[in-house]
Amino acid sequence: MKILVCISKTPDTTAKIAFTNNNTKFDTAGVQWIINPYDEWYALVRAIELKEADASTIIHLVTVGGADVEPIIRKALALGGDEAIRVNAESHDSFYIASQITAIAKQGGYDLLFTGKETIDYNGSSIGGMVAELLELPFISLATKFDLAGNKATVTREIEGGEEICEVELPVVISCAKGVAEQRIPNMRGIMAARTKPLKVVEPVAAEVLTSAQNFGLPPAKAGVKLVPADNPAELVRLLHEEAKMI
Amino acid sequence: MPVLVFIDVAEGHVKKASFEVLTYGADLAKELGTTAEGVVLGSTEEDLNVLGKYGITKIHQVKNSVLDHFDSQVLTNVIAQVAQAIGAKVIVFSNNVDGKAIAPRLSARLKAGLVSGAVGLPDTSNGFVVKKNVFSGKAFANVSMTTDVKIIALSPNAYKVQETSGTALIIPFDAKVSASRVKITSINKVSGEVPLTEAEIVVSAGRGLKGPENWGIVEDLAHALHAALACSRPVADAHWRPHNEHVGQTGIAIAPNLYIAIGISGAIQHLAGVNRSKVIVVINKDPEAPFFKAADYGIVGDAFEVVPKLTDAVKKLRGTS
Repeated sequence: MKILVCISKTPDTTAKIAFTNNNTKFDTAGVQWIINPYDEWYALVRAIELKEADASTIIHLVTVGGADVEPIIRKALALGGDEAIRVNAESHDSFYIASQITAIAKQGGYDLLFTGKETIDYNGSSIGGMVAELLELPFISLATKFDLAGNKATVTREIEGGEEICEVELPVVISCAKGVAEQRIPNMRGIMAARTKPLKVVEPVAAEVLTSAQNFGLPPAKAGVKLVPADNPAELVRLLHEEAKMI
Repeated sequence: MPVLVFIDVAEGHVKKASFEVLTYGADLAKELGTTAEGVVLGSTEEDLNVLGKYGITKIHQVKNSVLDHFDSQVLTNVIAQVAQAIGAKVIVFSNNVDGKAIAPRLSARLKAGLVSGAVGLPDTSNGFVVKKNVFSGKAFANVSMTTDVKIIALSPNAYKVQETSGTALIIPFDAKVSASRVKITSINKVSGEVPLTEAEIVVSAGRGLKGPENWGIVEDLAHALHAALACSRPVADAHWRPHNEHVGQTGIAIAPNLYIAIGISGAIQHLAGVNRSKVIVVINKDPEAPFFKAADYGIVGDAFEVVPKLTDAVKKLRGTS
């Protein structure tokens, strides 16, 4: 069994969001970078659990980015995984990134491809679906539970107001949401082992860029909270009804 | 060269998110000087002609029992056939659970640019630029698409539904439908509850409630308001409430009309998932809770005293007490 886990670098969840160069670039000053939480907590940890259940499992990590991604990918290797591949290219276009991951997936012959459900920076939720289409594989999105029995996966996915359970034969692409696994903290042994795990750098394949972010902005700030006395919640109901017209 | 709108259907019923994308598609068609057409896959129990009131003229329906079950691969294949047959230049989805699975596939299939999480109509004054949420709602980006065919996945609850008069013509479409490799074994819906992502009002609670046994007052308020229930991350992590109620940066991002947060301090990660709510109400006994800075209305007080009174006041307003 070979698993490919897609890893993306994102700003920390508490990072201050600001833009520079006339609002055309994300301001990286002072920003701490992390593994995209969905990629780490759910996709990667579930892959590691599958390897713990079957030691013959091989886990590869793939990321598309410059050399500055390497601390992030080493951290991912410290959690688990056998080797990492960095495609040496920088792009925010989902199709370009998906094309790179597809090229790696084709070479590796993976049984299972895991992505997080989305990245917390560009919120595209696109990579898994695009890779699945390019590889002509089934794609189960927003998985909240993933189990494997031989060649057959049983996957639960979120739907509006409930969940849907399905069965699919490998190979398959899965985008992972909360519930698939629980966050882990890398231990010292893992951190030491990660230093010597292979981290291959490959050059990108030719691929089209379909979209480009022209500029960014911040939503307008709230005007300020209107406080209602705690002993008079009826006044809040009146305001929501007459002023905000929401109830 | 019409705009094609994907009309999302679940168990024979048109989803609420579809009304938003139909209105959006019709307005977009007007902007581009063309018409909007819909596509429905599978059979429906509802009369589709009435969807014309959202401004579309034709609906292409592909009836095949394979399409009654969700498989993004099969559905993408059929939508691509419809899009190519009518020469669609822009294809619109809701960025809901189904749209997030199909739109990226279709983008890769057609080499069509995709903007997911769009919050408004494109600016076509100089190219084709769509505004979308980024950084989990903490910012927005204006994204340019230069491809011949373009795909937009519209954020749920970001575009106001408008009804006019008119009926749509239903046109059967004969598509090649491949066999599905995904076998759906069960669908479990929590009956009687409002789905979180479709809810206009959401009542959410956090650690301030002290324990899962205290959720009765939250449920009563939600029930009185016909609201969906949500919770903060610590509450879901402690298994006080199910994971599917966790809203925030690492849970579900929502944008209801009204969000009521009870006993939630308002960490930046929580705000990221809810800050697109049109009106935010915060009830917290700590006047320094950061959530008050992001709120429109607030009550500084003990949830166990305030919330039951609030519920009574809502019932009184709605005449259900």
